[in-house]
Amino acid sequence: MNAIKPHPYMANSVPELQQQMLESIGVETVEDLFVQIPKDHRVTRPIDLPPRLSEYELRRHMVGMLSKNHTTETNLNFIGAGCWQHHVPAAVDEVVRRNEWLTSIFGEPSSDHGRNQAWFEFCSQLGELLDMDLVGLPVRSWGMAAGLALRMAARQTSRHEVTIVRAVDPERLSVIRNYCEPPEMENHIAVRLVEFDPSSGKIKLDDLREVVGEHTAAIYFEVPSYFGVIEDQAQEIAEIARAAGAMVVVGVDPISLGVLEAPINYGADIVVGTIQTLGVHMHAGGGTGGFIASRDEERFASEYPTLFISIAETIEPGEYGFGLGLFHQSSYGLRDKGNDWTGHSVYMWAIAGAAYMAMMGPRGFEEVGTQILQRAHYAAQRISEIKGLKISFPNGFFKEFVVNFDGTSRSVAQINDALRKEGIFGGKDLSAEFPELGQSALYSVTEIHTHDDIERLCSALKKVISK
Amino acid sequence: MNQHIKTLQSSGNQHSNQQLKEIHAPVWNEPVVLEMGYPGRRGLVLADVEPQISALVPETDALVPESMRRATPPALPEMTEPEVLYHYLRLSQQTLGMMSMSIFGTCTMKYNAQINEAMAWRPEVTELHPLQHEDTLQGALEIVHRMDLILRELSGMDQFVFQAGGGADAAYTSAAVIRAYHASRGDLEQRNEIITTIQTHPSSAATAAAAGFKVITLMLDENGYPSLDALKAAVSDRTAALMVNNPDDMGVYNPEMKEWVRIVHEAGGLCFYDSANFNGVMSKLRAREMGFDACMFMLHKTFGAPKSGVGGPACGAYGCTEELARFLPKPIVVKQGDYYHLDYDRPESLGKLREFWGNFPVIVKAYAWTRAMGAEGISQAADISVLANNYMEKGLLAIRGITRSHPDAKTPRIDMTRYSLQQMKEETGIDVHDVQNRMTDFGIDALWTSHEPWLIPEPFTPEAGEMYGKEALDRWIAVMAQISDEAYSNPEHVKTSPHNQAVHRLKPGYTDDPESRAMTWRGFKRKHA
Repeated sequence: MNAIKPHPYMANSVPELQQQMLESIGVETVEDLFVQIPKDHRVTRPIDLPPRLSEYELRRHMVGMLSKNHTTETNLNFIGAGCWQHHVPAAVDEVVRRNEWLTSIFGEPSSDHGRNQAWFEFCSQLGELLDMDLVGLPVRSWGMAAGLALRMAARQTSRHEVTIVRAVDPERLSVIRNYCEPPEMENHIAVRLVEFDPSSGKIKLDDLREVVGEHTAAIYFEVPSYFGVIEDQAQEIAEIARAAGAMVVVGVDPISLGVLEAPINYGADIVVGTIQTLGVHMHAGGGTGGFIASRDEERFASEYPTLFISIAETIEPGEYGFGLGLFHQSSYGLRDKGNDWTGHSVYMWAIAGAAYMAMMGPRGFEEVGTQILQRAHYAAQRISEIKGLKISFPNGFFKEFVVNFDGTSRSVAQINDALRKEGIFGGKDLSAEFPELGQSALYSVTEIHTHDDIERLCSALKKVISK
Repeated sequence: MNQHIKTLQSSGNQHSNQQLKEIHAPVWNEPVVLEMGYPGRRGLVLADVEPQISALVPETDALVPESMRRATPPALPEMTEPEVLYHYLRLSQQTLGMMSMSIFGTCTMKYNAQINEAMAWRPEVTELHPLQHEDTLQGALEIVHRMDLILRELSGMDQFVFQAGGGADAAYTSAAVIRAYHASRGDLEQRNEIITTIQTHPSSAATAAAAGFKVITLMLDENGYPSLDALKAAVSDRTAALMVNNPDDMGVYNPEMKEWVRIVHEAGGLCFYDSANFNGVMSKLRAREMGFDACMFMLHKTFGAPKSGVGGPACGAYGCTEELARFLPKPIVVKQGDYYHLDYDRPESLGKLREFWGNFPVIVKAYAWTRAMGAEGISQAADISVLANNYMEKGLLAIRGITRSHPDAKTPRIDMTRYSLQQMKEETGIDVHDVQNRMTDFGIDALWTSHEPWLIPEPFTPEAGEMYGKEALDRWIAVMAQISDEAYSNPEHVKTSPHNQAVHRLKPGYTDDPESRAMTWRGFKRKHA
């Protein structure tokens, strides 16, 4: 045992206590407890790490590094593309930082009652936004939710192909592919892409009709799409799926659901999406999280890979508690025979989401949705007035829209470099991922962007394209 | 009275008077949030849209196609900010968690240092967008790179990636890398089997299956780990990989593991070390030096970041050899001179397993933990956790009704031990679930049983870790001794526990039965109206 300073995180780092425990066990040294590990398994040289820091030294060191970051608080940010800057109320942060749930593990329904209730309230409120009564505990990202939902659809239909509109986040599509492919694997799911209409950004229905058939497990599309477009052919898409016996899986950004229709009402069987926009900071992508929801019917419920939290009567008449549901069908219950897999996820963000949805209420969601629409459309309109700039899909978008720079002599990369010097993070560069869109960028405008912010962006854009 | 209680009470231990006092949890009788509030109340109000915007932009109805407009507002509660805040603060108070003590096996419950939380909640973390230009992320990328270097030193691997949002996700990363490796050699269709063991975490088996592999699960021998013969019988030219932990979920270390790796490699398979139970062996061994091709660390447990109710946000750091690094999910953080890049130019990369480049706040916390510990601290933590486990074992095995799994395996367990309450159940009718509930009356988080399937009847698996002091471990043991006494003298009191919690036990089966279960409030209202 090393004779070093007692450590603030380790109560038994006091040498006397170690000695007492060794004597109680009846061994001389702690090394005697490692006899099961053969000598030739042990490290060939000692671990060499940077030196231990005191709390104050650590703080200085961390702040020193972190201060090299440039944040969206001190810059004006228009990047979205799967992780969005919305206002997170201070009360939500206070709730989510509580040590009680930070440090908890499964526990018992009676002793971790409050955390279980908070999780249930997350699923319940999301269920109200979605008009659906079966909502699983969250998964790690929207892409993962989509991948897992498509696998549910494949199991349910016993089919092995899914159709996806190509106006999808390439990162998310890559995650989906990693959940469905590769083709060498038995029972793999083929991913078939359908083109979007270059003028509207919406799915090409004729192309969709051509590829969807009795082999199709599901059609997956998003509202709004990656390009921000509100896919208003949703009912037709759902009808095409129905006619083929395929399922309809829809991805949504739930912050839109105060103004946009819940997908179940235009035909969705399974709905997935992000939970980051429900009161979670971006955290450099660490705020990412996803959900899966459906009607509470056995054919859906039995295929979920997620854990659930159910309200339940206790043994005391009239009393309710909350406990894990359908645990037995998960990978915890059945290992490789369970529905795909579960494990650590982003349940703390579910607690943030619960507090956020309760603070927003129906009027808050309507207000934030309305404001996003108005601010985003104002920004798009103002940008389109700049000579050389064009909005690729100007009709029917939510908070994101594609700005085309082909009318300027500059690339998106050059423009974004120049904007950065002005303290502005320009929209995500799409030119490599969607070459057919030319030099284009995806701009995200939310409730946090004021009139002055948008005007500042427009002035900066005028300046940088004229250089 | 059990010997252990007597010993505690006669030892003059200054804490002995408090050893067995019961606690009482707060009982707030908090309604479900959807029953709260009053129409018209608001928790957050936005500023009006500026007149310049309203002047230019048409009404909402003109901006959303009619078929896509929300017809009925969501039935969410309408509450003020303090109503929401205090509701959730009261719920947090009704969460025992680690407020007293939790030594939940395989989860390595450890202190989540407040300085780490404070750093991770700075705006230089929370207010970053993952797709910002790397010029603006230099501090973040430096931390990721430094964490990578620390994990390389601990494991011997050549490159880590932080994209996985948890340990199971890192196991899926492993399965995906295994696919990519064999696909690159053109033999993936043939090599479609992954070998694991029954006491390796279920996520290895489950992620391998989800990735499309057939799973071969090796069962245990009398000495607590599968025999070499069992492995040899399972290995063939269909073997894609071995996915295994060591020590396993019972604290048993397989001393033949190097030979296992040799056999699997010889057959053309890869070897993945699930370092889920790393706490007892950190700084003692390196996965790479044992021959493994890849490994995984759970930053949200072993490296001091919170587990958040077995929920995360979490981060599984997956590391591998140079040979496999080309298949890793992208981007990878690389240092060139004094500049940190997000390297996307990786043509053989398998792409993405989760959007963006990692769970940065968890990396911040884990990095801060390693710096607060240093090499000596990490080594000492492993020593203390193994010492504490074996110390507890002596105390627990002295309690009536408790036995240890695999009695023939005489060598000490590493960081945890698998016990059984079968004898107690047979003699008193009290089972492990009863004991779990009764423990919470003493303010102690329920013990962990075992992953499925239960190879040992009525199992339980404490993992002492390095955080708790000897007197806390003594109290845990004393509570078990007290419950054993009660089981033999007054079993009804244990059967009807907990007595001091916010609510009683749930009705058995209620959360699974399609008639009764309700995963949302609207589901509850529909089924139980």
